[in-house]
Amino acid sequence: MYDKIFPPKKMLLPNGKIVYEKRSRTPLVLLVLIVATILSANFTNFSFKVLFTQIGQFFVLIGDMIPPKWSYMSTLWSALFATLQMSLLGSMIGAVLALPLAVLASSNIIRNRVVTAVFKVILSLLRTLPTLVTALIATFVFGLGPTAGVVAILLFTLSYVGKLLYEQIENVDMGSFEAMESTGMTRIQAFRYAVFPQVLPGYLSNSLFCFEGNVRYAAILGFVGAGGVGLLINENLGWRDYPRVGMIILALVVTVYLIETISEHFRKKLI
Amino acid sequence: MTTVEKQLRASPRNYRYFLSVSLIVAFLFVWSLWVVNLKDMNQSGFKMALNILKGIVHPDLDLLLSVSKQSVLYLLLETVAIAFLGTIVGAVLSIPLAFLAASNIVPKPVAWLTRLLLILIRTIPALVYGLMFIRVSGMGAFAGVLTVALTSIGMLAKLYVDAIEELDTRVLESMTSIGCTTFEKIRYGIFPQLLSIFMSVTIYRFDMNMREASILGLVGAGGIGAPLIFAMNSYKWNQVGSLLIGLVVLILIIELISNKLRAKLIKG
Repeated sequence: MYDKIFPPKKMLLPNGKIVYEKRSRTPLVLLVLIVATILSANFTNFSFKVLFTQIGQFFVLIGDMIPPKWSYMSTLWSALFATLQMSLLGSMIGAVLALPLAVLASSNIIRNRVVTAVFKVILSLLRTLPTLVTALIATFVFGLGPTAGVVAILLFTLSYVGKLLYEQIENVDMGSFEAMESTGMTRIQAFRYAVFPQVLPGYLSNSLFCFEGNVRYAAILGFVGAGGVGLLINENLGWRDYPRVGMIILALVVTVYLIETISEHFRKKLI
Repeated sequence: MTTVEKQLRASPRNYRYFLSVSLIVAFLFVWSLWVVNLKDMNQSGFKMALNILKGIVHPDLDLLLSVSKQSVLYLLLETVAIAFLGTIVGAVLSIPLAFLAASNIVPKPVAWLTRLLLILIRTIPALVYGLMFIRVSGMGAFAGVLTVALTSIGMLAKLYVDAIEELDTRVLESMTSIGCTTFEKIRYGIFPQLLSIFMSVTIYRFDMNMREASILGLVGAGGIGAPLIFAMNSYKWNQVGSLLIGLVVLILIIELISNKLRAKLIKG
């Protein structure tokens, strides 16, 4: 289509051959990007004037958070641990549940096309729902508190790890699987000894990575009443008690950093 | 003993390491179990779950298909606009930060400091930024754009840094040897190497920002989040259903497009 409107450039080579150089798509892409940017800017009332005159407010807020209120740490521990517990439990159960779902969704293990399609759709639908929305729904079903947070994290982990896992299983070298089947193993045995060892390191590493992210998600789930540190952030921001917010954020940053370091260590070992 | 058995026996076994890791994991699991409290979950919970399901199956079609300012389509458009503009602003701001954090371009201490800043930016939850930016620009989509931009910087800059540090310097050396100027080196040596990776990463982040933008409404920063939480808190499950269906369809479409585009970019 594009080539018809802007015909390719003709070039005569020294040996008499004619070659065509396709016109670059860059101007078109740039044009679309610029138009979309301007439209979005109008739509969201983006204005540089407001940004430059008001941005000071943002740094005033950050200034209010420094220095953090150290004494608040003593009341923070339980919420911080609840956040960690929520993300740990949700990640562990979710990762374990992802295993059977991923197997059912991989087309080289399950021969039935319908089954694999259904499970793939389930996994991608679960993944599109933002965690906070799942948590909100979960608070209606499981009541306010960390249980709802665990459910939300569980569902997200399930979909994330499940998707990566079935992609891995589908890319596995099937030679050993077939060899084992031909020696008389059942499909389940063959899966256990031929496919499972190949995907295990990747699976564990993905689960750990997901857990890292989940700690961050768990920190905001409190905004919808699903327990953990988010509840305190929301409260203290509401009361404009910024030194306390600063303390919570500092504690979170340190926790997330520690967890990332530990998990990175194990992930490097796995791969 | 056959050779096969010998090989089997010879494989390294670190039972102790394996056992201690499993013990720690088991301990963490049991410790985390304390947090679960199923006491609050009773008959009404099940009824609620049924109601929610019923609402999602019978969405409010008026809301879903009309084109007024409260309709799902308008809200979705606003959400996309927030995510798009936020991604663009974030991507533009990330580029200088990424060069400042690349240890093969600037001195080590500078790179280290910039990385620390990036970690800080990444860890603070988006909703906190949202609440802070509302003080800057007032309620509405503008605050959402600023929030999405700032949270994008954390991830984008980190992935850009990875790309910059993997730059193939041999290309630059050969360009120097044939007498290219600095500008030519940047234009033909560095730019082509980075552009496709940067674009692919940015498109991926746009995909993520869609989800981010859809929850920012919770704190009043525009998008589909606010109507969603209002509908939920007033138990209008059929409205919740139509909002959720719109959101899920939109995110799936954008994910599909983004995957296609990125596959094309990587293949070249």
